[in-house]
Amino acid sequence: MAQLTSELIQNKLQHKFGDQVTNFTVSYGMLTFEAPKEFNLKVLQFLFDDEELMFRFLTDITAVHYPENAGKELAVVYHLHNLVQNVRIRFKVFTSIQSPDVFTATQLFNCANWMERETYDFFGINFVGHPNLKRILNVDEMDYFPMRKEYPLEDQERTDKDDEMFGR
Amino acid sequence: MKKEIFMARPVRFNIHPKEANLNSSVLIGEAPPGFEGEGFFTTKLSELVALGRRNSLWPLPFATSCCGIEFMATAAAHYDFARFGSERMAFTPRQCDMLMVMGTIAKKMAPVVRQVYLQMAEPRWVMAVGACACSGGIFDSYSVLQGIDQIIPVDVYVPGCPPRPEGIIEGIMRVQDLVDNESVRRRNSDRYKALLNSYGIQ
Repeated sequence: MAQLTSELIQNKLQHKFGDQVTNFTVSYGMLTFEAPKEFNLKVLQFLFDDEELMFRFLTDITAVHYPENAGKELAVVYHLHNLVQNVRIRFKVFTSIQSPDVFTATQLFNCANWMERETYDFFGINFVGHPNLKRILNVDEMDYFPMRKEYPLEDQERTDKDDEMFGR
Repeated sequence: MKKEIFMARPVRFNIHPKEANLNSSVLIGEAPPGFEGEGFFTTKLSELVALGRRNSLWPLPFATSCCGIEFMATAAAHYDFARFGSERMAFTPRQCDMLMVMGTIAKKMAPVVRQVYLQMAEPRWVMAVGACACSGGIFDSYSVLQGIDQIIPVDVYVPGCPPRPEGIIEGIMRVQDLVDNESVRRRNSDRYKALLNSYGIQ
């Protein structure tokens, strides 16, 4: 079996998807790339099925909010792991904050169920096709997505703290 | 000739243990003021009830984080808050008198704390141990309850992050003072009912 290098992964992806996969970078030895959000399942499926790539373990799903990035405010990040060769990669799709709809990966990875619920809980990504998309960590009554940058970290219902003393 | 065995660090056993003096190591509750004669003693019933209650407070530890570790030290042999009549941690709210909330209470945990409080029988006292239980502490955050007094009434606050066992013992003694001084009918008073109503508790 050939050594699974970043170049090899990049070449295979570009051979399959052409210009759709972009922004290949290697940071701290970990390959990172992007694709349009419509392609996320196709890319994940290809990485899963390919005999050489075999990225069959979904380590994590999370999101990042870039408020200044108009039209691509929210990034959904997939961390994938090839358990045979112990290689990890990072795959990002971007979506606008007005329609944060991304296809769910639960058909491909069962573990994506809770991870996507968490990502929905904190960033409000609407995973289309998810079987049970509701809050998982925060209280059910919460009416906003706390990790989005327009919301301050501090608890806003608090009245007893003196703003001057606490720098709020 | 026998070879002498030299021990660098001889281990000695205490073959003359001290006689235990119960009177010096056990806290004896003071008798309430009353009228005493040969073979009888009279006092107010409320004083007697207070004497019994204050020296047999059963704590219900609700420990969620580092303050809970300090509480374990408080309950262990060195500090031993069993000396104050709190020997038995009953992990059922129905038998307990004093709810000790120790540690950060997340908003998701808040209904649990409240339910535990509701399950306790009157009279009940609540102690908030540590900065987090008192005010949210450093966790001024969307997910953390900013003090348990937002959901249940609190009798004694023990500040500190975490408080030392001495602080927790001081808090227990302050609860004892409350138990000692409060009127037997306080729990039926309008003021107390209004307090509970302000928390939505009937």
